[in-house]
Amino acid sequence: MSSVLYDAPGPVARRREAWGSVVGVLVILVGLFFAVRYAAGRGVFQLDRWDVLWDPPKGQTAADVWRSLLVQGLGATLRAAAIAAPLALGLGLLLALWRRVPNVWLRAPAIGVVEIARGLPVLLVMLFGWLGFNMQPLSAVVFGLTLYNMAIFAEILRAGLAALPRGQAEASLAIGMTRWQTLLSIELPQAVRTMTPSLIAQLVVLLKDSSLGFIIGYVELLRVIQRNTAFFGADYTVALFVVGAGVYLAINISLSRLAIRLQRRGSRRSAGTIDKQKLTVATAMLDPTGGLDKSTGF
Amino acid sequence: MRTRMTRAAALGAVALLALGACASNGGGDGAADVDAGDFPEGSTMARLADAGSIKIGTKFDQPLFGLVGPNGVPEGFDVEIGKLVAGELGIDEGDIEWIETVSSVREDSIANGTVDIIVATYTINDTRKEKVSFAGPYYLAGQSLLTLKTNTDIQGVDDIGGMKICTASGSTPEQNLLENYPDAEVVPFGQYSDCLEPLRNNQVHAISTDNVILAGFAAEHDDLEVRGEQFTEEPYGIGLAKDDTDFRNFINDVLEKIFEDGRWVEAWEATAGTVLPTPEPPTIDRY
Amino acid sequence: MIDVFLDNGPAYLAGFRMTLALTAVAGVASLVFGTILAALRVAPLRPLRVLATGYVELLRNTPLTLVFFGMVLVAPQFGIIPPIGFWTAIICLTLYTSAFVCEALRSGINSVGVGQAEAARAIGLTFGQSLALVIFPQAVRTVIPPLINVIIALAKNTSVAAGFAVVELVATGRRLGQAIPGEAVTILGGIAILYLLFTIPAGLFATRIEQKVAFAR
Repeated sequence: MSSVLYDAPGPVARRREAWGSVVGVLVILVGLFFAVRYAAGRGVFQLDRWDVLWDPPKGQTAADVWRSLLVQGLGATLRAAAIAAPLALGLGLLLALWRRVPNVWLRAPAIGVVEIARGLPVLLVMLFGWLGFNMQPLSAVVFGLTLYNMAIFAEILRAGLAALPRGQAEASLAIGMTRWQTLLSIELPQAVRTMTPSLIAQLVVLLKDSSLGFIIGYVELLRVIQRNTAFFGADYTVALFVVGAGVYLAINISLSRLAIRLQRRGSRRSAGTIDKQKLTVATAMLDPTGGLDKSTGF
Repeated sequence: MRTRMTRAAALGAVALLALGACASNGGGDGAADVDAGDFPEGSTMARLADAGSIKIGTKFDQPLFGLVGPNGVPEGFDVEIGKLVAGELGIDEGDIEWIETVSSVREDSIANGTVDIIVATYTINDTRKEKVSFAGPYYLAGQSLLTLKTNTDIQGVDDIGGMKICTASGSTPEQNLLENYPDAEVVPFGQYSDCLEPLRNNQVHAISTDNVILAGFAAEHDDLEVRGEQFTEEPYGIGLAKDDTDFRNFINDVLEKIFEDGRWVEAWEATAGTVLPTPEPPTIDRY
Repeated sequence: MIDVFLDNGPAYLAGFRMTLALTAVAGVASLVFGTILAALRVAPLRPLRVLATGYVELLRNTPLTLVFFGMVLVAPQFGIIPPIGFWTAIICLTLYTSAFVCEALRSGINSVGVGQAEAARAIGLTFGQSLALVIFPQAVRTVIPPLINVIIALAKNTSVAAGFAVVELVATGRRLGQAIPGEAVTILGGIAILYLLFTIPAGLFATRIEQKVAFAR
């Protein structure tokens, strides 16, 4: 780890840093030790509070528990995301292209839609679908996820288009392609490729937001955990929560890592052709809750 | 997959047996011997009987009334009532699709066709009648309070001023508290079972909803008890599509039939009756 | 149609006030906590960096709903029992948002030219001094637009508290929407406008500053 903030350490500093690290690690370990001991004192680690995962009480089998968590719960979470993601991507693409229409007045509705969809809480949009338009919970969740992420996808693609060097469009127009041909076959493919990491990072947000379904009665992973704790009793809350949180983290961190890897690779390959300043600025402005590490790459 | 399903079914059967042999009844425990032709053409009954399946909404986290474990087999009084209605349509228990309907989604679940009927501690009231129709009532409950046994401050509903009272958002108890007990601080969660841990951790002072729901929680948790007299009357009805009068009359007939032939009492004693006294069947309200 | 708003004016107002309070309190707390995290993340001591990085990585990949769920239903198992409702929401929103504040600040710090830090060190400033006197003042300018966006996201995220015993705007909308069937679209439309009144201007403001900073470079 090199930083602009301090020199590559010399021998003295390195020794000091080594000691500091040792002390730091010790402090953290001691803190962790006491936390674990405290939790153990409250019986959190007792085996009979975890056996719900392999030998559950109340006449249920471990297979039942895991099926409810992974097939029913995680399945529903992924289903909502899997329906919403392509919809949002398609509509986002449409909006991004719409915003390239030369006439300001024709363009305005696209801008309006994006601004409104970005400005509303996803949960509120889900409520609109559910209470306002009498949708079933799954449709309402998909509705909310689609509307919001379509706006973000549109903005990501727009940023990608804006960051392309002008020479690309100029060259294409010079060889006689029309504006739309230029957009669709020259600019867009490049924009999509540069923005793939951001698009994937936004998928993490989409997946995370699917958990809002919990609040409007969509039976997804969180709801199944809640239901299981209601059924088996609060003693099992920790065990079931650890499984649920673990599943979310495993999926989201893998997606985030993928995005960062793609971004690093992309930035190496396209170095010099993209207006980096513009692109960094544009992506940072989008969804700040995105999983993409904005300071790497570029 | 196949073996897994068989095993789940077997387990379900075992669970039901364990629940008490009383679940089986005089009329045979399967479906009545009817088919679509027995019902007026184009009626909901004919459609359901023809399909041979029905989607019933119930609570999944309500001890005594509708409780579902991870194996997906629901149990409780509401569940038994649902089975009896389905049986009269010639639909087997196994062909019932149980769908969780938490308090806040019930009207909409009917309106948008997620479920055919709802048996889910569902109070009949005028606001709801604007969106759904009700058969029944099949039980008369009343709103009450659940506190820690150690709580001495709350003896009844008159003591809840300034107290944090937990309930489900979008429920009748919530509306009632907001309108008639403005001094109480309402703490709304998605479902009643979310209120249990906050109550046991002293984060709220009481849970308020129907006495029977509370009795179910009290039966599962030794440290909790129901406090005071019930302060409302909550007739539980079976929700169905608005203005489907034929279907409503049919369900009302079914209810009257099971009130009389003892199947209603059997269903009660096998479920909620394990904790609560057996009441007289209510009078059907054919509004 | 207007009647719906007039009749429920107090409810709307109470909900709006709650959303504002959540945003303001959690916003300030997140800025403070997020700044501490950012300082840890660029600190010269590896364990501190690892700790802060781990925290940010963990929270950024966790749904906010899960954070709430953990605080309301799981934390009490460990004997951590915050007052339910408002303060639980503040804790959860702060834990979550500070991770994003940290990221915004860190990318701001990294955006300051290398020469600036080198020059600061060359004239003998310590790590703390160069961070406080040279890097931070410059980073703040680039950092403000993303920070505004983090606060916008926070304002929208306060809606998650609706599922956990806080009656803010969205919970008000749900309560009214269920109490007055048939008017749900109107009622929720009113709620939406209240959000947009904050989020759209704030977003445009952020973009304006963004452009200014970009030109100043």
